[in-house]
Amino acid sequence: MASTDTALEKEVHQHGGDWSGGTEPFRISYGKLMMWYFLLSDAFTFAGFLIAYGALRFSSPTWPVPDYVFKTHPFGKTELPLIFVTVMSFLLIISSVTMVRAVQEGHRENRRGVVLWMLLTVLGGVGFLSCQGWEWTNLIGREHMSVTTNPFGTHTEAGVYLDENGKESGETFRAGSSYIMHKAAVVNDEHAEAAEGHGEESHAEAGGHGEESHAEGGEHHTMTVMKSELPMDKPGFYVDERGYIHRKFKTSEGISSGDVQIEAFGPSAFGALFFFITGFHGFHVLSGVVFLLIILINAASGLYVSRKNGYEMVEKIGLYWHFVDLVWVFVFLVFYLL
Amino acid sequence: MSNLSYEESKKKVFKGLWLLAGVTVAEVLISLFGKGYIGGDIAHSVSWLIYIVGLAIITLSIYKAYFIIYEFMHMRYEVKTLAMSVLLPTVLLVWAIIAFFQEGGSWKARRQQIKEKNEQPAKQEGMLQDDPETIHLWG
Repeated sequence: MASTDTALEKEVHQHGGDWSGGTEPFRISYGKLMMWYFLLSDAFTFAGFLIAYGALRFSSPTWPVPDYVFKTHPFGKTELPLIFVTVMSFLLIISSVTMVRAVQEGHRENRRGVVLWMLLTVLGGVGFLSCQGWEWTNLIGREHMSVTTNPFGTHTEAGVYLDENGKESGETFRAGSSYIMHKAAVVNDEHAEAAEGHGEESHAEAGGHGEESHAEGGEHHTMTVMKSELPMDKPGFYVDERGYIHRKFKTSEGISSGDVQIEAFGPSAFGALFFFITGFHGFHVLSGVVFLLIILINAASGLYVSRKNGYEMVEKIGLYWHFVDLVWVFVFLVFYLL
Repeated sequence: MSNLSYEESKKKVFKGLWLLAGVTVAEVLISLFGKGYIGGDIAHSVSWLIYIVGLAIITLSIYKAYFIIYEFMHMRYEVKTLAMSVLLPTVLLVWAIIAFFQEGGSWKARRQQIKEKNEQPAKQEGMLQDDPETIHLWG
């Protein structure tokens, strides 16, 4: 019996192939295979978020138009819809290309090449994160969008805005056009005296804001209001408890034609989805940058030279980095292009 | 792995850069055309154009995804069964997209009905009965 067993074992070792150890299923290393399956599961997570975005967008009567929301950028005063996010996309594409170059240099066991191209990849990732930081700061700080409040609304009917005295102004809009509600500078009453100078300051700031990014808003957002005055109802506009200025307008079509209405907030899901999904992607980029740096330092120290496996670690982080770029293709598609 | 020489594959990578950059620029231009920034009012006056624009952008994005996976992530040079084991599960997402977008659309269509239903007081007969036999189960 004993001799049969050894014969069988021998046979398994010689012909048993994949189940006896020593061979790699799919002719790929364990680490790379598991990276692929991790990325597959991550793709399902992102797909879940993006499908939620789609379902909520489909369920809302109006949705903020992305080229209106994302038209600001840090280079000068003119409005350029979508250009800034295109620059961000380019940064990720370029860093993906430099990553491919790093992997290629790894196959040649060229340490200097790996380090150089990985360094450029890290720079691309950091550049992308900086751009996203600016975009978020702009949305939160200047346009006052938050997870629960979305000041970007859409008109469902054509109409005309009212002026300071409640009369129709020349400023008309058509159905489907977008608006942003600005925020007045709110001053606490106890500090009203002391804040007089401060109030002037925020006055100037709010004024610059209006001229710079949204010239169509009129002069309303140049104002400073006392906290006790809120909510404030004027002939031309309404300021709510939190200081958001809702302009009044008269509709000129539909069943409510001729009614005076105030601007409403846009669907609040927009802010939550935007911050959550781009934040989750940004967090992937951030962890990617951290791991790139770790592997970059390891590569520079010569750790992978002794392994003589064609810098496989660089290949693995490369797979992850391309995936981050891949996800951005779809985030860019659903948030900015469609 | 690919059978290309080092020089050839290096060239191929930079070709890939121009390809991806070009497709991205095309996407942005098509999107801006669809929103009426380029080409004047054509996009607003022709109602079905928005669907063509959307379809074109989605197709270009899927092409970009294919290129990144097959060239940059080297899926083209892996064993076919590996590629299938990673790519086939994503077919499930096609169903998820159809189902959830359908759900969203139906939610929008029934907004008024949902609002009315929410405002109705709860009906007495719809509630759990205080059955002395089973009430202890509910704490």
